[in-house]
Amino acid sequence: MSKEKTNNVKRMSMIVSKGSLDWAYPPFILATTAAAMGLEVTMFFTFYGLTLLKKKLNLHVSTLGNPAMEMPMFGMHIGMPNLVSAIPGVDAAATMMMKNLIKKKGVASIEELRAMAVESDIKMIACQMTMDLFEYKKDDIIDGPEIGGAATYIEIASKSDINLFI
Amino acid sequence: MTDQVLDVKGLNCPLPILRAKKALKDVPTGGTLQVLATDPGAVKDFEAFCRTTGNELLESKAEGNVFSFLIKRTS
Repeated sequence: MSKEKTNNVKRMSMIVSKGSLDWAYPPFILATTAAAMGLEVTMFFTFYGLTLLKKKLNLHVSTLGNPAMEMPMFGMHIGMPNLVSAIPGVDAAATMMMKNLIKKKGVASIEELRAMAVESDIKMIACQMTMDLFEYKKDDIIDGPEIGGAATYIEIASKSDINLFI
Repeated sequence: MTDQVLDVKGLNCPLPILRAKKALKDVPTGGTLQVLATDPGAVKDFEAFCRTTGNELLESKAEGNVFSFLIKRTS
């Protein structure tokens, strides 16, 4: 790529702060799509978002504290009161239901989207402080991401056209 | 005529766009790619994709449940 083109190219950065199955979707969908549309994309993984870089993903949803979450069941939409969410097995069942829906509706898995993100040269940064805080080693995460901190992100964000916090 | 056809029927956002982007790499500049999709969101998405990437959307039509997009690779 010529230097001139690199300067004209649009950039997007995002902070990925959540690591549940449902919240993993927006950052990976937007990042891969932006890359496909020719943008230079950077993803900064911090706090629970960092877990999305683990080699083996085991993502879950929780119905707890998620009053807008409704599942299509028996021809209607059924929500889950917090009291029911606390029963052992409810979150596991909701996760299984969500994964089945994802498959049935032709929605990509997070593993698939993450592989596409790596493939399309999206720059990934793992937050150093989060790695220290939750005791993750470089070996726990996939190959590719660099390790950085807030200043690393801010430098990239200050040169980006779109900056998202998810 | 269409140089290549990509079938993404049954796939949901953002897969039709991502697969199309990948397939376009194998289309020579000036050549075309026809994408067949069932995701209704793809109609607006392929318009936006082509506007942003500079590729030309020659045709966008629906036949029953299937949407067909004809993209000319210009970049």
